[in-house]
Amino acid sequence: MKILVALKQVPDTETRIKVAADGKSIDPADVKWITSPYDEYALEEAIRLKESKAAEVTVVSLGGDSAKDVLRNALALGADNAVLLKSDATDPLAIASALAAYAKGKGFDLIMAGNKGIGGDNASVGPMIAELLDMAQANVVVKLEIGDGTFRAEREIEGGTEVIEGKLPAVITAQKGLNEPRYASLKGIMGAKKKTIEEMDGAAPTGATSVVGMVMPPARPEGRKLEGEPAQQAAALLGALKDEAKIF
Amino acid sequence: MILVFCELKDGNLRKPSTEALSEGRRLADASGKRLGALFVGASNGGAADAAKYGADVILTCEAPHLASYSSDAFAAAIADAVKTKGATVLLGGATAMGKDALPRAAARLGAGYAGDVTSLSMVDGKLQAVRPVYAGKAFATTAFSSAVQVATTRPNVFIATEKPGAGTMESLPAPAGDFKAIVKEILAKGTGKADLTEANIIVSGGRGMKNGENFAILEELADALGGVVGASRAAVDAGWGISHGMQVGQTGKVVSPTLYIACGISGAIQHIAGMSGSKYIVAINKDPEAPIFKLASYGIVGDLFEVVPELTKAAKALSLTAQ
Ligand SMILES: Cc1cc2nc3c(=O)[nH]c(=O)nc-3n(C[C@H](O)[C@H](O)[C@H](O)COP(=O)(O)OP(=O)(O)OC[C@H]3O[C@@H](n4cnc5c(N)ncnc54)[C@H](O)[C@@H]3O)c2cc1C
Ligand SMILES: Nc1ncnc2c1ncn2[C@@H]1O[C@H](COP(=O)(O)O)[C@@H](O)[C@H]1O
Repeated sequence: MKILVALKQVPDTETRIKVAADGKSIDPADVKWITSPYDEYALEEAIRLKESKAAEVTVVSLGGDSAKDVLRNALALGADNAVLLKSDATDPLAIASALAAYAKGKGFDLIMAGNKGIGGDNASVGPMIAELLDMAQANVVVKLEIGDGTFRAEREIEGGTEVIEGKLPAVITAQKGLNEPRYASLKGIMGAKKKTIEEMDGAAPTGATSVVGMVMPPARPEGRKLEGEPAQQAAALLGALKDEAKIF
Repeated sequence: MILVFCELKDGNLRKPSTEALSEGRRLADASGKRLGALFVGASNGGAADAAKYGADVILTCEAPHLASYSSDAFAAAIADAVKTKGATVLLGGATAMGKDALPRAAARLGAGYAGDVTSLSMVDGKLQAVRPVYAGKAFATTAFSSAVQVATTRPNVFIATEKPGAGTMESLPAPAGDFKAIVKEILAKGTGKADLTEANIIVSGGRGMKNGENFAILEELADALGGVVGASRAAVDAGWGISHGMQVGQTGKVVSPTLYIACGISGAIQHIAGMSGSKYIVAINKDPEAPIFKLASYGIVGDLFEVVPELTKAAKALSLTAQ
């Protein structure tokens, strides 16, 4: 079985976002870069399948040179091969097309991704790859079982869980709860240093969409504290919600 | 044409669909286009309701084998409808199904996609979308260069307004039945309550709740206010039996209710990212320095175990109903 895991490098969730001078991207100064959190669940699931079904795991990231950190980390965790698709594309369709072009014809049974790359928050690259490669898909998956050429996935929907059954090959996007990702061992980290990361050209930077502006959220109106004993505070709050906010 | 992919639940038009239709109507009026509502699967009576929200045409793509959702079949049906009708803009609610089917349909059409948008406009005949990025730490404007432009609208942001349209019914041929994947069953939690992303009022608990049993007091308050319960990641990860589906934040649900009440939540950057789009924020925290107060429309410094029951009592006495 062959598995491809798509890993995106994103700003750490702690990052205080500032808009760059161009007015349409974030200021990269002081940004610490990490693997997108959901991608860690995707990778962990792939490594578990490697352990239980002798799968071969390839990781791919589309981005700049710094994305090698994400790939190196994945190698330390147990991925077999790593590929960097060099590009600074931001359009989901352009990224999905480049990832699909890489995967095409290589016989992957499973393509794992995060359900959303935090930051861009597009939540679209997974289903786009599935369409471009004419594969089955299951998104926001919290449980995955692989059968003989088939899969059964549980995915989160409003107020419940949906059970999807389908044929391999498939694109599965991971949600928190799918598994508990492991930490890299010292042996893994040392081993990863010796492995090579294959590099090739990725997508053209222009795609079907482009970001033409970026602003900070509007400042929230000044709030106020409600004083007194709990019963008074409660009464004051309900009064304010009723009369000022007009919620009730 | 502007086409809106619509969803039914128990035969009724879902709220996120009515919101997308209303926004579609507005854009159609602004650009002199017609508005189409598309239903895939079993559409029974509810589809006709799309006319109330301004649909000029109601397109149904029905077949027994489409009764269960299949991402590849639905994406194919949606893309076919776009082509048949020559639609240039395709919208839908940013629901579990919308976010599953529409990016896939976009790829099939070679179209650009903007997800979870909070504002839309037509600029020089093309769609432009404003959407939160970095979980709401910033807002980006997305411009499209593709012929077809696809977007999903974030629930609870666009206002559904009734504006009758002609609602001419038209049926479309269904795709063949050999699907790559299909929904086998839905394991509902059966609460019957709104999902966090669609809820108007959310009462959330954090580490300050001390254990899972204590969430019962939040349930009571939420019931009295007509809301649902959410949680911080600290509460979800503490092993209190709080499901991840309840987590609000950058790696949980991003919500935009009218009212968000944070109980025993400090206001970490990742939590704020998920709820700062709420219209009114109430913080109940015993630490007057907690960062959550910087965001709060109304702050209550106090012990939540004293304040929350008082709130429930007062809310019950008023027998409130949200407007
Ligand atoms: C990659 C990553 C992703 C993350 N994603 C998320 C996310 O999506 N959502 C999220 O919420 N967090 C997320 N976090 C975690 C986040 O950083 C915080 O740790 C978390 O939000 C803290 O939860 P809390 O406010 O409930 O707990 P704490 O920060 O411990 O705050 C508890 C608060 O309760 C108050 N309190 C205690 N007892 C009482 C009482 N009796 N009455 C009143 N107040 C009381 C305290 O004063 C304190 O302010 C993420 C972290 C990382 C690293
Ligand atoms: N530049 C990229 N390189 C590799 N994988 C990506 C990239 N962008 C998105 N992905 C994958 O697609 C998932 C969804 O991303 P997005 O659609 O951008 O929210 C991510 O979690 C990754 O698994």
